Amino acid sequence: MFVILNFIGLSVLKFLEESGRVMVLFFRTLSLTFRPPFDLRSLLSQIERVGVNSIPVILITGAFTGMVLALQSYTGFKRFNAEAFVGTVVALSMTRELGPVLSGLMVSGRVGSAMAAELGTMQVTEQIDALYTLATNPIKYLIVPRFLASLIIMPVLTVFADAVGILGGYAVSVYLLGSNPTIYLRRTYDYLDLEDIYIGLLKACVFGMIIAIIGCYEGFNTQGGAEGVGKATTRAVVLSSLLILIANYVITALFF
Amino acid sequence: MIFKRMKTDDESMNGKQCQRGSDKTMILVKDLYKSFGGNHVLRGLNLEVKCGESMVVIGGSGTGKSVLIKCVIGLLHHDRGEVYVDGQEISSLDEEGWNELRKKFGMLFQRDALFDSLSVWENVGFALRRHTKLSDAKIKELAVEKLKLVGMQNVENLMPAELSGGMRKRVSLARAIAMEPAILLYDEPTTGLDPIMANVINDLIVTMREKLEVSSIAITHDMNSAYRIGDRIAMLYKGEIIEVGTPDEFKASPNPIVQQFIRGDVEGPITQGADFHLKLSQSARR
Repeated sequence: MFVILNFIGLSVLKFLEESGRVMVLFFRTLSLTFRPPFDLRSLLSQIERVGVNSIPVILITGAFTGMVLALQSYTGFKRFNAEAFVGTVVALSMTRELGPVLSGLMVSGRVGSAMAAELGTMQVTEQIDALYTLATNPIKYLIVPRFLASLIIMPVLTVFADAVGILGGYAVSVYLLGSNPTIYLRRTYDYLDLEDIYIGLLKACVFGMIIAIIGCYEGFNTQGGAEGVGKATTRAVVLSSLLILIANYVITALFF
Repeated sequence: MIFKRMKTDDESMNGKQCQRGSDKTMILVKDLYKSFGGNHVLRGLNLEVKCGESMVVIGGSGTGKSVLIKCVIGLLHHDRGEVYVDGQEISSLDEEGWNELRKKFGMLFQRDALFDSLSVWENVGFALRRHTKLSDAKIKELAVEKLKLVGMQNVENLMPAELSGGMRKRVSLARAIAMEPAILLYDEPTTGLDPIMANVINDLIVTMREKLEVSSIAITHDMNSAYRIGDRIAMLYKGEIIEVGTPDEFKASPNPIVQQFIRGDVEGPITQGADFHLKLSQSARR
């Protein structure tokens, strides 16, 4: 009996301690972001790695998501003669939900893992210690550019995903299912509010911050050589993916 | 919270004015304690490094030598005791204070700790790029100069992954001296190097001592290196410094623990009760 209680107690304490440390890192990163000197070179390099190199993945993800959405909603809506609203559903789903969430999950897998692996390797080879000895704050030098890049790029990638998703839905509806293109587009514009797009972009920003902070946190706290780096990378992806899904609900509920 | 402020340049000694043989203290460690959980690594360690002196700290693996120099440079925070660097007590320095103090240090890590994603000259000139307003071209020039000092030429555009172990160590040394620090810390500088390269590094360390007039602490368990580079040697055993002296004094030390270590005897007071060593030597004799 006590063993179970002990286990639960320790798990809760461990969870709270980890969460606390992550929040501390988040606030330290935030405060250092706005303190000069500003390293533009690092930021641009990270934007290229996080953003530009993720575009192909995001385009494919967005396109196929939009296409399958069109197919599925057509199947459902046909049952009560509402096929005309496929365009609306695709647009609303992509901008409010699937665009940001799927982009977030893709970027978490691609970029979050890379951040954890790179910083984890630096940690186990004493490169982070070396930064301290060269009078450089590793958070400022390593984490801030990644954090900012993630924050800036996620909304941009989400816009790409949304756009390509809607186009994918259009292509499937019009060329596969024979919908009227004018009606499809009309339904897309009429029922899509700017607010839908903004909520999606806000989600994207939050997801970007989660990916960067979790990836960098796991990297910095890596211990134990190659195995440790592998574990840290896995944890980074799993944890940031879970947090993205949880944050997604919270933000959706807040704006409901 | 009140943090101690750094002394101004007038008050503290400029390391470059450190004369070898000087009596002034550069680093003073008083009664240092450091534990990790139940593992009491440093137990009341006392050490003094004079200005311009090269101090070598020897001791077995896992005895806390790395912990000592990490406490001196603030990578680890000690539990109890005092550390004075150039007259400044470091226990309650804030981040800014540490950033200023660390500019007086250069550290050579055991595994080089070169930044993989930067080229050789970007590594060597790292501190210059972060803390000075010099142009990249000028920094590259200075980096090439420092690389020449450590005996390397035409490597500035290579990446660390393209270098051999000995070359990486030398680049790492060039990076450590780039800001012309007053204090150099060497973490096992010759470990993992072949005998020739080890002596190249030893000679470089001696050159740094003569040319740059730095004070330094080197930790090692390579006795050959210790005798070559040290003005004085200190032995760390069970969390304390048990003996300090010149290489000659050390070789003639009456302390059996010191003698066992410097001769590398398998049997002796250090390994008494450590079954592994005895059983191994016994089975080897059969």
